[in-house]
This record gives sequence, C-alpha cells and structure tokens, in this order.
Amino acid sequence: MAEAHPVGFQWVMEAKARGAKIIHVDPRFTRTSAVADLHVPFRAGADIAFLGGLINYVLTEGEDFREYVTTFTNAADLVGEDFVDTEDMAGIFSGYNADTGRYDPISWQLEGVEYEAPAAGMRDHWEADLREQADGSGQSDEGRQREHHAAMASDTGGGAGDAAHATSTPQRDETLQHPRCVYQVLKRHYSRYTPEAVSRVCGMGVEEFLQVARAITENSGRERTTAWVYSVGWTHHSVGAQYIRGAAILQTLLGNMGRPGGGILALRGHASIQGSTDIPTLYDLLPGYIPMPNAHLHDDLRSFLDADAAKTGFWGNMDTYMVSLLKAWWGDAATPENDFAFDYLPRLTGDHGTYGIVRDQIDRKTYGYFVVGENPAVGHANGKMQRLGLANLEWLVVRDMQMIETATFWKDGPEIETEELRTEDIGTEVFFLPCANHTEKAGTFTNTQRLLQWRREAAHPPGDARSELHFYFHLGKKIREKLAGSTDERDRPLLDLTWDYPTFGVHEEPDPESVLGEINGYDADGNPLSSYTQLKADGSTTAGCWIYTGVYKDGVNQADRRKPGSEQDWVAAEWGWAWPANRRTLYNRASADAEGRPWSERKALVWWDAENDTWTGHDIPDFEATKPPSYVPAEGATRQDALAGTDAFIMQTDGKAWLYAPAGLADGPMPTHYEPVESPVANLLHEQQDNPALERIDRAWNRINPSQSEVYPYAFLTYRLTEHHTAGGMSRFLGYLSELQPEFFCEVSPALAAERNLEHLGWATLISARTAIEARVLVTERMKPLRIGDQTVHQIGLPYHWGSNGLSTGDPANDLLGVVMDPNVHIQESKVATCDIQPGRRPRGPALLDFVESYRRKAGVEPGGNT
Amino acid sequence: MGARTWLGEWPMFRQATGSDPLGRGSAVQSPRTQALGPRTSDADEVVKSVCPYCAVGCGQNVYVRDGRVTQIEGDPDSPVSRGRLCPKGSASTSLVTSPSRVTTVRYRRPYGTEWEDLDLDTALDMIADRVIDARRKGWQDTDEEGRVLRRTLGFSSLGGATLDNEENYLIKKLFMALGAIQVENQARI
Amino acid sequence: MTNLFGASGATGKLFDAFSGAATSLSGPLPDPSTDAGWSTEHPKRVGFFTDTSVCIGCKACEVACKEWNLVPDDGTDASDLYRLTGMSYDNTGDLGASTWRHVAFIEDVRPHGSATAAHGGPPSGVPVDAATGFLPTGLPAVTDGAPSSPTLRAPRDAATAPAPGETVDLLALLPDSGAHGQQTPDDERDVRWLMSSDVCKHCTHAGCLDVCPTGALFRTEFGTVVVQDDICNGCGYCVPSCPYGVIDVREDDGGAHKCTLCYDRLGAGMEPACAKACPTNSIQFGDLDELQAAADARLAELHGRGVTEARLYGRDPDDGVGGDGAFFLLLDEPEVYGMPPDPIVTTRDLPEMWRNAALTAVGLGAAVVAAFWGGRK
Repeated sequence: MAEAHPVGFQWVMEAKARGAKIIHVDPRFTRTSAVADLHVPFRAGADIAFLGGLINYVLTEGEDFREYVTTFTNAADLVGEDFVDTEDMAGIFSGYNADTGRYDPISWQLEGVEYEAPAAGMRDHWEADLREQADGSGQSDEGRQREHHAAMASDTGGGAGDAAHATSTPQRDETLQHPRCVYQVLKRHYSRYTPEAVSRVCGMGVEEFLQVARAITENSGRERTTAWVYSVGWTHHSVGAQYIRGAAILQTLLGNMGRPGGGILALRGHASIQGSTDIPTLYDLLPGYIPMPNAHLHDDLRSFLDADAAKTGFWGNMDTYMVSLLKAWWGDAATPENDFAFDYLPRLTGDHGTYGIVRDQIDRKTYGYFVVGENPAVGHANGKMQRLGLANLEWLVVRDMQMIETATFWKDGPEIETEELRTEDIGTEVFFLPCANHTEKAGTFTNTQRLLQWRREAAHPPGDARSELHFYFHLGKKIREKLAGSTDERDRPLLDLTWDYPTFGVHEEPDPESVLGEINGYDADGNPLSSYTQLKADGSTTAGCWIYTGVYKDGVNQADRRKPGSEQDWVAAEWGWAWPANRRTLYNRASADAEGRPWSERKALVWWDAENDTWTGHDIPDFEATKPPSYVPAEGATRQDALAGTDAFIMQTDGKAWLYAPAGLADGPMPTHYEPVESPVANLLHEQQDNPALERIDRAWNRINPSQSEVYPYAFLTYRLTEHHTAGGMSRFLGYLSELQPEFFCEVSPALAAERNLEHLGWATLISARTAIEARVLVTERMKPLRIGDQTVHQIGLPYHWGSNGLSTGDPANDLLGVVMDPNVHIQESKVATCDIQPGRRPRGPALLDFVESYRRKAGVEPGGNT
Repeated sequence: MGARTWLGEWPMFRQATGSDPLGRGSAVQSPRTQALGPRTSDADEVVKSVCPYCAVGCGQNVYVRDGRVTQIEGDPDSPVSRGRLCPKGSASTSLVTSPSRVTTVRYRRPYGTEWEDLDLDTALDMIADRVIDARRKGWQDTDEEGRVLRRTLGFSSLGGATLDNEENYLIKKLFMALGAIQVENQARI
Repeated sequence: MTNLFGASGATGKLFDAFSGAATSLSGPLPDPSTDAGWSTEHPKRVGFFTDTSVCIGCKACEVACKEWNLVPDDGTDASDLYRLTGMSYDNTGDLGASTWRHVAFIEDVRPHGSATAAHGGPPSGVPVDAATGFLPTGLPAVTDGAPSSPTLRAPRDAATAPAPGETVDLLALLPDSGAHGQQTPDDERDVRWLMSSDVCKHCTHAGCLDVCPTGALFRTEFGTVVVQDDICNGCGYCVPSCPYGVIDVREDDGGAHKCTLCYDRLGAGMEPACAKACPTNSIQFGDLDELQAAADARLAELHGRGVTEARLYGRDPDDGVGGDGAFFLLLDEPEVYGMPPDPIVTTRDLPEMWRNAALTAVGLGAAVVAAFWGGRK
C-alpha cells in the first residue's frame, strides 16, 4: 500500500500512531513492510492456504464473533445432502464435469431452497459457436477442447437457468451444531488448513502465522475491528475471486463487515477504475452491475428479469433499474409495448473478455480496435499475444497523450526485432489521436472508496487533443449522420438513441454535467431524481446508472461538493458523493446488534433511534431508514420487504452475509487452495493441483510452462513501483519520474544470485515458454528463499512498467507471462508464474526465438509460434 | 579562505553602515530576491481537480495563468489526501506540460513505414466509415439455432481506467446502440 | 575584547564583527537572522524536522521540489540520467546542484530477533513485549489471557552474525557460489529498510554563506540560507565549505544551487513544496523552536517504546554547526544514512584567521598578540 498508494497510506500511518498494529503479508519486503509492525513473507499464490488457515484458527479456537455470526450470516443454514466437499473428493467439489472442465452448482444448494439466486444475476454464458471460433491452426484437439470447456465454465454466474424462483427459507440450526450447517461445513472444509500446513504451503513460520492469527482475533469483536487491504496481488490469479471470498468469510466470522475500521478494502490502481466497473466498459455488464442479456436465456425483458433479478432484497428492484436505463438510452422509442426497447440490446453468448477479443483479433475474426488511454502492448499479460492481435487488425485507433508502444508496435515492437513481423507486411491502419488530460476536461472519477469527485476544467487541450467525451460524442454523431434515413432494422437502436447533449466552445465539447445528469436520472417531469428508490419500472423515470442516482440530486452536482475536510467530522459526508446514496461504509447496519444498538460505543457507526423510529448515526444508514430492527417479513413478501430488520446485507436475496456461497461462483462454494498453473511446487493440501475450472487459451503464442518444471524452476511475480504508473504511459515519459527508477530490473535474493551467478547491477535473462527478456539485477536481502515442503523456492521480483518508448526504457515484464484465467471474471494469472533466470543479456533478433524454443523443447512444451 | 570582496567593494556600504556588517543577510539581498514571490500568486485562477494516477483520489489545485497550467499541488481541503501527493501526483505539472506530448493526429497507412499527418476531422470521418464497415462485416442477427443476437463482433474497444465516468457512459451507450459487445477496460486486467 | 582595538566608525564595526564572530561563525546562536542584520521584527526561524521513522521512501519530496523549483533532471546526458545506481531503490545518489531533496534507502541486515520493533508504533507509555519487540495494541486487551510470546530465535550462525544493533554489509553476506543447498529459509536474518529524505541543513553557522565572496549566499529573514542566482558567479568556494556536501555548481548555468527552503513560498505564507507533498508527514515544516519541541517529544515517545536506536541529528545547538535549521530523527548512526557524524562548520576557525590578519594589518606588537592568545586559552 505504501508502494502504490502512498497518500492513502497516510491513514495507515496515522492509525499506527494511534496504536493500530500493521501486518504486511507479502512475498516481497516492500516499503509497506519497512514501516509495518510485522512483515510475513510467503509464497506468491498461496493466499487461500493462508486465509484458510486463519479461518480454521478462528473456528477451532472458537474465536468467531458469535452474536454477529448468528445475526448476520448464513452460518446456521443447512447445506443440501447432495453437496460433497473437497475433503471427500480429492480436492474437487461435487458437480464437477471432468469432460467440460466445469461445475454444475446445483448440488451446492441449501436445504429447503429451490434455488438461491446470486445477488446480481448471471454475468456471462456458454458460447454456442465457440468450437468454431477456436478453430485456429496451431491448436491441438485437446487444446480446443480445453478452451471450449473453459468458456463453458464461465456459464456459472447463476447456475441453472431459472434463477428467479422465490427463495424459500432454508432450514437452519441456530445452535450451529448440525453437521450440515454452514458453520460446521466450513469448519470441516478448513480443518486441514492447520498452522503447520499453512507453514508448509506458504513458507512462513508457524509462529509467524500464529502471530497474525492472534493479532486479528484479538483485534476483532465488539470493541475492535480489523481491516484487510488488498490489491491486484489478490485478483491476478486463476483463483482470484476465491481469494476475496476467503477474506470475506474471515471478516464475516470476525464481525468486521459494515463496521468502522473493518471491511475488505480493494485498493484500485487507476483514477477511475472503480467507475469503470460501475459504469462498465466491460462486455458482461450494463451500468450499475446489471448483467448483459444472454441469447440463450433472455428472449425478452420479462425472461431477462425472471432469470437474473432476485425476487428478494434490493436486487428485487432490478426491473426499475433496467427500465430506467432503457428509457435513458432510447427515450421515447422505449415504450411498454416494445419492452422498453429491450430488444435493442445486443446479446451475449459467451466470454468476450479482453483476452478472448485478442485471440479473435489474431484469428482475424474482428477487424477494428479502439485503445483509449491504455497500453496493452506493455501492460497486459503475454505482450506478444497483444501485439499479434494489433498486427492482424484492419484498423486501430489509439488515443493517448504520449506515443506509447501500442501505437508503434508496427515499427519497433519486439516482433520486428526478431523478424517475426515485418513492418511492410503489417496491414493495420493506425490512427493516433491525441487526447486531453485530466486538467483539460471536466468530469468525475470514482475513487477506490466509491467516492465520485468532480474535476473542473482548468485549460483547453492543445492542438488536436480532445476529451474522450468529445471524441465519442462526435463519432456517434457522425455515424448517425452517415446512417440517417436508413431503414435497416439493425440501425434502429443507433438512430433512436438519445444523443443530443448540449455543447460549448469552438470545438463543440459536450457538456459533461448534462451527461452526469442523465446518469443520475430524471422523473417524468424532468426533475433530477435524488435516490434509486424513486425509480419505476413503468417507464416514467430514467437513470443511466441506478447506483449513481442521487449524484445530481436537486440539480446540484453533488460530486463537486468541496466542504473542506477540516470543517467536517471524520465521515466527511459533504466532500464529493459516494454511491449508493452517499453511504461511506457499505452494509453499515451490521455496525449495530440485532436490536439496533452499536456493538460498542467506540465502534458506533449507525444505530436505531427508537424515540424517532429511525436509523441514524455518523454515516448514512445502508438500510431502509424506518425499518425497525424488530421487523419480520410477511409470508411471501418480495423485494426489500422480504428482508427482516436484522438482514443487514440488503443486496443479498436473504439479507445475509454468505460464509458459504451456494451460487454465484464458477469454482466452488468455498475457497480452496489450488496451486498457480505455473507453480514450482505440488499442491501440498489437496490432490487436485490447480483450479479445475480455470480458463485456458491453448495456442502457439500462449504456451504454458509445465508445473514443477526443472526447466523453469523459479517463481516470479510482477508489481509496480511507487515511481512509475502501470504500463508507463504517464511516467516513463516524464524526466522527474524516470530518473527515480531509470531501468527495468529484477530483484533476487543473495542465495539465488549465487545459484545462478547473477551479479548485482549486471544483466540477467529471464526465460518462460513465451519469450525471454533481460533486466538489470538487484540482489537484495528483501527477497527471501522459502522452504516449501522439502523444496527451496526462489521468487524473483519484476516491476512491469517498461517498454521501448519514453525516457526510461526496458523489456516489458508482462511479455514473460502467459494467459490463464479465473473462471469467474476472466482475469489473468499474472501475479505468479515460473521462469528460468541466467546471467547476461538475452539473444538479439531471430536468435531469441531459437533460444526460447530450445527451452520449450527441453521442458517438453509444444513449439511456439504466431498462430 | 580568500579575502572577501566586501573589503573594498559592494556591498561594503550597506554592510558598513547597516546591521549586517558581515554581509550575510539583509545587506546583500538583491532587488530580484526582494521581489521574489511564488509563481502561483499571479495565477488567474486555482481550479479544483483530482489526481489522475491511482484510485486514492487525491485532491489537486491546478494553478492557471494565461490559459496554461503553471503548477499543480495537493488540495489541503480534501479529506481524502489533506493536501499531500505522492511522487506521481507531484509530477502532474510535468505530465500536463510534457514536451514529448503528442498534440496532432498521426496516421499510419496499411503497410506504411512512417507516420503521416492527418487532419482531425478527416480522421474522424475515416474512423466513422471504418466503424460502419466493420460493424456490417461482423454482424450477427442470430446464432445457428435462430436465437436473436443482434450484435456485431466487427470491432472492439479497450479503455484505460483514467477515463471519466461520463466518458465511459458515452462509450458503453454508443457501443450498445451499435450492437458492439466487445467493450473492455483495464478494470478486468 | 572589542575595545582591544579601540577603533570607531566603519572600521570599528568591522573589527567588532571579528570578535563578535565568535558567536556569528560558531557555537550556539539563538537568532541567526538578527545576527545577519535583519531587524528583530523578522519572522521566526523556520526549518524542517524530517522524522525518518515514518518515511516510506516514496520520493514525493524529490519530485515536488523539482516541480516547484524547476530543477532539471540530475545528470549530464541520457546515459548518465537513466542508470540504476544499485543502491537499493535510491537512484538519486546524493544531494547536488540539481537534487535538493534526496531519499536514501538503506537495506540493513541483522540477525533474526535482534531488530527492535518497527519504528513508529503505538503511543508512548505502552510497554513493548520484551521478547518479540512486538508492540501491543494501544488499548487494553479484550481477550482473556495475554498473547503468548514467540520464542526468540538465535541466529543460526552466531559466529558470523554481528552483535545486535550492528549493521551488516549486504554484499558481504552473499553466500559463496555453490552455497545453495545449504541455504535454509532465511529466517536467520532480518532485513530493515531505512529511508530518509536528506536536504540542505540550513545551518546556524553556514560555511557556504560565510565563504561566499559575492554575497550570493545570504541568510534570510526566516533564518534560512539561500543562493541568489542573479548574484552568484559560480566561483564554487561554497562547494567545499559545506560540511554536508550539499551545495554544488551546475554545469549548464555555472551557478551554485541548493535547497532554498522554498524561500519564494515562505514569503507568501506557503510551506515548502516537499513538506506539503510528504504523504506521511515525515517532512515537517514550521517554526524551528516548535519543530524542536515536537522532535524531542517524538524521540521520547520512541525511546519509551524501546526504539532505543532513535536519535536526533542536527538538533543540538552546541554541535559543530550551531545546530541545523533542517534536522532529523534517525534510526541508526548518521553514517549509515551517509551523513557526517560530527559536522563542523568549515569557517569555525575563520575569525581567528581574520583576526590574525587584521592584527598584522594594524601593526600591533607581537606581545599584544601573545596576550590575546593567552586570553583565549
């Protein structure tokens, strides 16, 4: 956190000064470790073993916050008799189909429940024609099969098709003694995650582990809370979503959710990456986490809502969110008669995540590509794959401030040097359009705590530089003009689109506040809405993103509120605006007990004011303001009315925090330790080596190192440095930052340096089945070899900021990575993989290809190539 | 230690007659030094902004003079950051005034070996044509089982996560209307 | 002693000054600004207190300084500019004409268990677990029973392990080639990563200022020491006169440069750019007396928590430079951070030299000189 979020880290330092204990669990000793009370080194990719060990400690020592657990979680629910745990199936859950590589989650259901809908419905689905799509040369039959299965495995967001059966109440055992109650199932599942097992798998000392276990249990409960902070070190794994689930289970058991000083805090790495998922430029989502419609399940609006909207909880109102979105987009053309233009939406059939798109680019199944403020040629896993995609396009639009590698791949990319590609043979037409920077346009960023902050415009962009708002507005206008008068039914959604934003200035810049107003939404009279609870399913309201409704309350730009922090309390509710409803801590109903009293005075956040029959407190209650703690839903109640006065987790169908997730995950109801696909060691906890449901792309340009390979014996991890920013477009071109970290380097322990004759400040070549790259060597005691089982595991650190352009240049670390993905979110495993390291610089030109091929041959990996 | 110039030269007089006989303080202050002030003091306006690097969302004050950014500093009012900035945030002025920043359209024709100039409006027009063309080529009305798809796989988008919410909103909205499902973002990376 | 010369007028002033320089050029000097001719109405002396125990090494200070002061990249050409130094994460190297803030990174290896608690823990008055050096939380324990203390592990190889508190040369610890295999998980060695943002000390007795022949270097009304670019002729006398090696001459403009403590900002009531940016408040700016009080309190707090290696550097008005305007809390010997352990203003003996010269010039007898010297002793 000190490395990549230094200013946010001031609050950690302040907490420390007030007595908080800071524990840093990280494979590397970083700037965060330097000021932490305790640094626990461990092996990258072993986090679930560690978290599972903590869960086991909490359960076996009886350290859970029992009253919180019984009030707010599904611990008492009984799991159905069909469920078989990994304990009894060699590390695999029931429902696994070895042929498809995919789980059917039906056996994971709770007893007495027909179907438990995941909170936000299904996200993506089976690609019917994937077999055809995967028909690339250079791919083995087996590979095609795997790929196919991988895509199928992603169809698990909601499991069975008809997800919207009312959730009947599951059977419960409030004593938590029944062997099939969630509490006991959890306890059994994690029973093998003993301190000794954790020590063996993670490479940390038993005593170190126990220090952490004691610290978090002693600092959880009524009087105290513990917070977990993570970044992409948890998400960039083939089991990444389950890492977060592991933390969620632990924090829920300890009573740390919805409470001040608690929670699981995702530190996001880009100014509005939170906003980029809220208002998603992601293939599987519509604004506000509404899933994209699916061709297999969603013929019309009704079936879409039936399949994806929960009947109970606040997702029970998805009809109002969805219809308001359709009205915002298609205005008068969206009518009750035409399903509010639901049919205008394109349908998904499978995974169209970024790696699938690039695969299709290489296969020339897609022709054009907009790359906007992103540098995939350096910043994404398997750089060769990215650049091959670019080289097989018909046209490419790059919008950036600097001449990044993604724009210049055709003249100076690594494949030009190796002669795999020749500039004269690359047919890609490239448009580089300069863009405005953050001071040259107004708009909102959503920060890592869901806070929308408005930036005002300070200057005009120079020359041809324009904002994205300008570019997309005018591009849309131009396309609409060119298609005006078209009678083609395909063009109706475009021509009926509401696309008439007021503009200002010589460049006709669209007014960003008018866009914010549309996102917020209006009532039938055109008045800005103040809350998503005002949204209707009858077409009388609009909202471009329901969770942002309220940001333009009273026609006032709430995100531009700037009452100084020094003039406010610690919540600072009048600075910016947080979704939803300006609540700063989600699920904060859980900060009070069943009766609505704060768990303790020093941890009071919101509470029930019985005199005034309302919830009140420091934060805005994340609960219906007048629903008393004693409220019991009537039989057959729906939407939020189905949630009791103690059901704090209001987005869940049952209002409970799920210790066991009967639906919603593609790879199991409880996190289980699997090794990374490229691991130097065997799975010491389960027979199953890696995530059985993970996704692969088996192509010549994406060869994977065999697990436990002697040819690729070392683990490496990629990360950022404080002095640089992601793929370098905003840092490598600046002198003041480049001089601070001027060269690409790898960090190795003295022991590894000795083993491979690496010289401090000398060169090293790192080799994987994808390619070989070179880096300067930093020998440091901050890297420690770890003892895993009987093996010594060396880890190599690789900051990934470099490419060939800019002031400070170097090989891209991401070129070393292959692509395997988490089946839930299609995120690549880039925080751990394997390689070899040798002293000296890498071969130049075509010799590099031979060099890498010789390694592949030695390791028994199929030949590489560009197809 | 050589003899000091004050033995016979300026600022002998001020030293000799003033309170700074060694010529180490007020006596030697030059007119330029006396007139020194922060360049932010003559800013035409101070514009409230937010740092564009990570997602902490530190407040920034942008000082502008004659339409140009002259300095960017932390905004002490921000309860998020209390006026502080990390090295990247502190380099924001360099970021927005970078000499290597590209401010004109660059065009590389198919199989071309060099960049060429291109007018912005022409570029926009060409891109619009290519979108329409790729959209048609990649269009799918139904899948092989006759289920409605109403989409195109002809082109795709990859956005960085430093785009504004309003910008992402227009991208998503336009792509959905075009039937283009392949919209992706750093947020998946 | 002033009346020894019995002169009056301008010359007398000068000679007065020579003798007065016993305090002007060394020893404690409570108000260097007044000493430099500013009226007693001048603002209070300001400075930096850099508390390295909360430094996270982010280098925001380096960048903020350069952005504000428009200091160029540090290096003569690209081959020099963009090269790793190999000194941990420090690629700046040292202070110089184009580096007015420099963050040092020290990787300090110790036998396991010998390091004290990570610096900057809970408030004072909280006892540290003697065995672990681990800090209990700031509140009374809420669980039953005290947390058990892990056993202190002895260094595996006591013969090669330095005594507690002693630091180890990182590279000297590199195992011999082929040593791998005997290498156990490295829990026998702890690493401590010290970070410290160095800066011009704005000495009470500033050698650079005292030797400057042009009056380019001067003492400001805030008690800081600043180069006036329009006066500096680049003679470079100041460079060797700095006991800390701070000031240097820039090749391109030929002028001497160093931290101004953002003199231009101070006048407008703004704090220096580095202190403003510092995310963890490691760099604190303020009135020197208040900073000194804060530093004393912080030191006591750390000592109270068993961080015995914490010490102040440049805080003592009796030291060789009369105390620094920019002083530090360090977690090890100054040498570890590349700072001189006992800096002495290079002009400390200057008054005597001048005095000798002056005495000769007025033709006083050797006996008088001898009497003077005797009086000194």
